[in-house]
Amino acid sequence: MGASLPDSAAANRLFLSGNEAVARAARDAGCRVAAAYPGTPSTEILEELAKYPGLYTEWSVNEKVSLEVALGASMVGARALCAMKHVGLNVASDALMTMTVTGTEGGLVIAVADDVGMSSSQNEQDSRYWGRFAHVPVFEPADAQEAYDMTRAAFALSEAHRCPVILRLTTRICHVKGRVQPRERELHEPAGFVKDARRWVMVPGNAKPRLPLMYQRDEALRADAEASAWNTLYEGTDRRIGFVASGPAFMHVRETFPNAPVLKLGLSHPLPIERARELARQVDEVLVVEETEPLVEMELRAAGIACRGKDVLPRIGELAPDVLRAAVAGLLGEPAPKAVHAALQTVFPRPPTMCVACPHLGIYYTLAQLRNINISGDIGCYSLGAGQPWNALDTCISMGASMGVALGMDKGRGEADAKKSVVAVIGDSTFLHMGMQGLLDITWNRGNVTVLLLDNRAVGMTGGQENPGTGRDIHGEDAPRIDFAKLCEALGVKKERIRVLDPYQLPVLFKALREETKIPEPSVIITDRPCVLIDHYEATQPYKVIADKCTGCGNCIDVGCPAIHVTRRATKVKPSGKEVELAFVRIETSACTGCGLCVQPCAPEAIVHAAPEHPVNFLYKKI
Amino acid sequence: MTITNILVCGIGGQGVMTATEILAEAALSLGYDVKKTEVAGMSQRGGVVTSHLRFGPQVLSPQIMPGDADLLVGFEAAEALRWAHMLKPGGAALVNLGRLVPPIVNIGLYDYPDDPIAQLRALGIEVHAFDASAMAQELGNIRLGNTVMLGAIADRLPFPADVLLNAVLARFGVRKPQLVEVNREAFERGRRAVAAAEAPPVAMVG
Repeated sequence: MGASLPDSAAANRLFLSGNEAVARAARDAGCRVAAAYPGTPSTEILEELAKYPGLYTEWSVNEKVSLEVALGASMVGARALCAMKHVGLNVASDALMTMTVTGTEGGLVIAVADDVGMSSSQNEQDSRYWGRFAHVPVFEPADAQEAYDMTRAAFALSEAHRCPVILRLTTRICHVKGRVQPRERELHEPAGFVKDARRWVMVPGNAKPRLPLMYQRDEALRADAEASAWNTLYEGTDRRIGFVASGPAFMHVRETFPNAPVLKLGLSHPLPIERARELARQVDEVLVVEETEPLVEMELRAAGIACRGKDVLPRIGELAPDVLRAAVAGLLGEPAPKAVHAALQTVFPRPPTMCVACPHLGIYYTLAQLRNINISGDIGCYSLGAGQPWNALDTCISMGASMGVALGMDKGRGEADAKKSVVAVIGDSTFLHMGMQGLLDITWNRGNVTVLLLDNRAVGMTGGQENPGTGRDIHGEDAPRIDFAKLCEALGVKKERIRVLDPYQLPVLFKALREETKIPEPSVIITDRPCVLIDHYEATQPYKVIADKCTGCGNCIDVGCPAIHVTRRATKVKPSGKEVELAFVRIETSACTGCGLCVQPCAPEAIVHAAPEHPVNFLYKKI
Repeated sequence: MTITNILVCGIGGQGVMTATEILAEAALSLGYDVKKTEVAGMSQRGGVVTSHLRFGPQVLSPQIMPGDADLLVGFEAAEALRWAHMLKPGGAALVNLGRLVPPIVNIGLYDYPDDPIAQLRALGIEVHAFDASAMAQELGNIRLGNTVMLGAIADRLPFPADVLLNAVLARFGVRKPQLVEVNREAFERGRRAVAAAEAPPVAMVG
């Protein structure tokens, strides 16, 4: 048995995820304003920051606004942080590309989290590109302690060079917990806004003289990066391959090849070329291990440093130890490492499901019944409507895209789609993030689109955060609540073409959709039911199936509720000779919250109220 | 440098991450370096969830590689089978017999394996299977299944079982003191479930 290990500092250490470490560091750095729109894997940064007293935090309506809020705070001299997932920086980039010209005053840190491996995103992007594009430095922590330390360093670097700094995180930093030693808290009093139109009013005459300053800053930053302790050359005895690595990939390299020399990039942009040259002199071959694009690799080659990279390593996903081991063996001409474990077993896939009683269940059940519609979808839990058993979502691109895509489908259609209706599906928070502008475009340009606005009063997919439609702020306190019906009317939808209804009432929803899709003008159906995961959701009396009455028709299964289970299957031959598959069911009553969706399509009335049971963790239930 | 690798698997909502967090707290209390990682993005919606826990004198990569896990802790039977390849030769699987059948199986698109435990054993894996869900229900609260699972692990760690028990009880001691005793009982039931299984418990790594 291992004895307890001596570690005198252990008592002061915290056990934090990368996101928690960034939040703690921002607070300890005297950050005064922090803003974000929720997005996996970055969400917890603001959730954690909101718990600290003494600084202002907000959920912004989108990432661009959050970055502008941070910039305004920086202008008055406050330290500010803005957090987002990788695709969020696409939205915020318009502000970024000009704030790099004005520069900043109070330290401004942009924490951007790349979903390497795509656990919960629509694409895989490398945010390090923004450092090159916007001429701003990029930090890449390799674990939670570095996330803490680099966040602190990023505020200082931002103020030293008066420019925004990108803190580039990945899922394997954000959601990994490790020991973190925090440091003393700084206080940072804003110096005050200094009016200076040549600095802050970016019209061409003012912006032009600032461009050379940006390029001078690049050079100063490059010198900093060459000298920075964040870029470290680890010596090694096995000099066949020298690695250049950053972020979590550095840990994977050290784990897999403990004796190899490694140039660890912490302040990875501007790239410390001379440090890389130093490594190259020591080793037979340089291998760049970077997630995900070959950025460093290309810059090294351009500087005349021969190296390998994406010719032997994957272009997509995480560069975990097993991936590295196989690639390096190939590079060295060694046999591939032999598997020393049980063979991979084939098990049914288990994609995410919608929750028991999720209001989206009723919407997709209904959409699945309708014929001749093209359904343009959006980002959120309701993207799951594309899956089984509904197959009732035809596109999903980017935040708010359901609106523009629907209008384009309408305007672009020819004979092939002439008889089809166009329906757009969007959630409340996504609508407020970037969908409203699209709806305005639909009304202004007289599009023939029926919009389903799913108001479940939460940013559901990321864990039920607040938005302007929930009537609460980031702290859960009362805040002005937007009225979606009035908003849609203000955006140009005729009052009589706006309906608010309950998505648990399937016939009402079906009828409304049938009617609105037949009217050739913009209409909005707002479905009003809270997400079942938010605190304000109230369960009602659960249901059960009377086994003797169940005919095995399977209609209830089409709702897609995870509380409905098949008990046995059978085949029936109809008088016509046609074979029909039957599936007899039961309801996991302890999981059921009584929404009644499955009751409505049950012809034999086999589903009835059950006595309420002790509420349980529904998933943890023996079948 | 000895590192202990524990892979906990199950389904979003089962408490996989909380259980791993408690294991991490136990290791931290002894001064180990600890890293814990999971991909949690959409697991809240009933998807697959795994939590990797690594502890030792110094831990670099947070990820357990296939064939490196000392212990596989399965909160759901088919999920244990899904991650069987993560175990090292000689590693053990501690598996809850409870089955969670997803809609995709109920729709009829896929089959749930007939006997995931037998399949695990056929791979030559030492399996301890027990009905943690039923034990928890007997104790009056299905949520205690978490503690039963932790009890089952307790005698297979490179530190005394009491360290883990203390970490479990510390969770409830502050917020819900009325739950301390029932958690202690759940923990002990988990321990006995493994002790009663066919193979005698052997201390894993030292």
